[in-house]
Amino acid sequence: MPTLPHLIRKNYQNNPDKTAIILQQAGQDDLLLSYADLVSGSYRYARAYQREGLQPGEVVILILNHGADLVFSFWGAILYGAVPAIMPFLTEKLSPERYRADLAALLLVTRPAAIVTTPEFESEVRAALSPEGSVRTILLTNQLEAEAAPDFEHLSSLQRDPEEVVLLQHSSGTTGLQKGVALSHRAVLNQLAAYRQAIDLREDDIVVSWLPLYHDMGLIAGFLMPVLNENTLVLMSPFDWVRAPYKLFQAVSKYRGTLAWLPNFSYNFCAQKVRERDMDGVDLSSLRILTNCSEPVKWESHEAFYEKFKTYGLREEVLNCSYAMAENVFGVTQTPPGTLPKVDEIDREAYISQRVARQPMAGKTVLKMMSSGRAIPGTRIRILNPDGQDLPDRVIGEIALQSDCMLTGYYNRPDATEAALRDGWYLTGDYGYSLDGEIFVAGRKKDMIIVGGKNVYPQDLESLAYEVPGIHAGRAVAFGIEDEKAGTEEVVIVAEVDTDDPAERQAIADALRRHISQNSAIALRHVHLVGPKWIVKTSSGKTARSANRAKFLEEVKLT
Amino acid sequence: MNEIIQKLNVYIAKEILRQPNRVIAADEKLISSGLVDSFSLVDLGLFIEDTFGARIEDTELNADTFDTLEQLAALIQSRK
Repeated sequence: MPTLPHLIRKNYQNNPDKTAIILQQAGQDDLLLSYADLVSGSYRYARAYQREGLQPGEVVILILNHGADLVFSFWGAILYGAVPAIMPFLTEKLSPERYRADLAALLLVTRPAAIVTTPEFESEVRAALSPEGSVRTILLTNQLEAEAAPDFEHLSSLQRDPEEVVLLQHSSGTTGLQKGVALSHRAVLNQLAAYRQAIDLREDDIVVSWLPLYHDMGLIAGFLMPVLNENTLVLMSPFDWVRAPYKLFQAVSKYRGTLAWLPNFSYNFCAQKVRERDMDGVDLSSLRILTNCSEPVKWESHEAFYEKFKTYGLREEVLNCSYAMAENVFGVTQTPPGTLPKVDEIDREAYISQRVARQPMAGKTVLKMMSSGRAIPGTRIRILNPDGQDLPDRVIGEIALQSDCMLTGYYNRPDATEAALRDGWYLTGDYGYSLDGEIFVAGRKKDMIIVGGKNVYPQDLESLAYEVPGIHAGRAVAFGIEDEKAGTEEVVIVAEVDTDDPAERQAIADALRRHISQNSAIALRHVHLVGPKWIVKTSSGKTARSANRAKFLEEVKLT
Repeated sequence: MNEIIQKLNVYIAKEILRQPNRVIAADEKLISSGLVDSFSLVDLGLFIEDTFGARIEDTELNADTFDTLEQLAALIQSRK
């Protein structure tokens, strides 16, 4: 079995002049990188890793903004045989202290040998290092030597075993101990082979992506797959996209893009915020598959998106869905190409109270569930009850999966790996039901909030709330509420305070909002300050989030 | 100027912060403090265009270009 470096060598040798990546950056000309450019830029990093004494198999953390250096340092690590892990860059609103603390915690678990960053960011990275740490070198983007012809003969990476870990993907969690999902060459290549089949990937497909590369959807669908499969990739910055969502459509039109992946909220975001004048001359008829993935998929979001963009040549059957996770490298299910996702109309009340997806009787409120598609080749799915027994169609249970592309484990976290696997099956913690082989995802991991495609643990936000003066430990509760207009969840924090004074309450609310934003990069949409004994606790004294959510909604009458 | 600041304050308090009575000081930090998150910046840009007829480019939606109501109002004034 080949490994990732073998494939890069093949693409470089067979098709050196083909455009591998078109990098877009606001205010700059598009930068076209051929496979020859990609390999020579990456080879400079491979040589630098060697010069710095990195050993193949050691982890290198990449802390870089969107751009050529991020691309080159990643593939350089692959070419050298080091294990890359891309981390988010510090954004302007996140507090440097929190970023440093999170990075320091991550370094102690992952124990990388090197970190790549920019000269401007070096001091920030150094501040996170500890004396007992593993980092031997910080490589700066201006410390590379001149380009040299790649010498594949002497690349030790080509001798690596397909079972060895090729990369780490840090998925969910806002603070502290994020879990690094360790993936082998074999897992990545099996996933790509299966996913290629699931979307009927073609030689002339062109991928357009604005997704961050530290997230599985961006890393696999929007980076590894096109680059390894010789499909040109148009890559823009998430930072630019969120300020100008129309740029995705302009890029599709300009380069005749055929494939893109988007989290559910961005369907609403684009439908609501893209202006006609920014769509002048835009033609979306080249799009073959637009996959909705990484948060619960909503039929209403597809509807709004299609209504808005059909006049620009968007075909309805292009709107497909996928259920995916880093633990399976990426895709678990996918809508069969050329078809519309199945929509199942169910009884809303029975869904909420009895956890079944029953067809509604006349007069009952209907909930439109949209299918995430069918299992991709090589992946098997079961819906289990709490005792681990299989459930029939239309009964909601935990989604479990087994495949030939599963994670090797959570890196340096055997405890977390053991907790997630049962008899070779990965328990996703997501809830859903099956119907004639289609998978409908009904809910998220217990209490987890998914906001804008990002997973957030309410416990993390509550711990932050307790750090705000005026809020006592155990007297705040965080939860998500559905925002139908945005197609995602909004974060709410309810906190009990002692003061009745409006000005003092205002000051606490402001401080809470600021503290959450600076320490989690999550926008706190609703701050609700209440008097003592408001928060509902369970008999064992734990905070009951769903009961508090219901009480909040009743009190503020949000719909 | 004051009228622009007033209208921006009402919009941000009601639509972005969901606290209609919130008073934002003219020199209070908006972006670098996290008060206005990145997903709301494009809304703010569209509101400004519709209300004041001034276009803020997407490359200007950052704390380097404006970070307070005062600075934002001055930017709008200069484009009207």
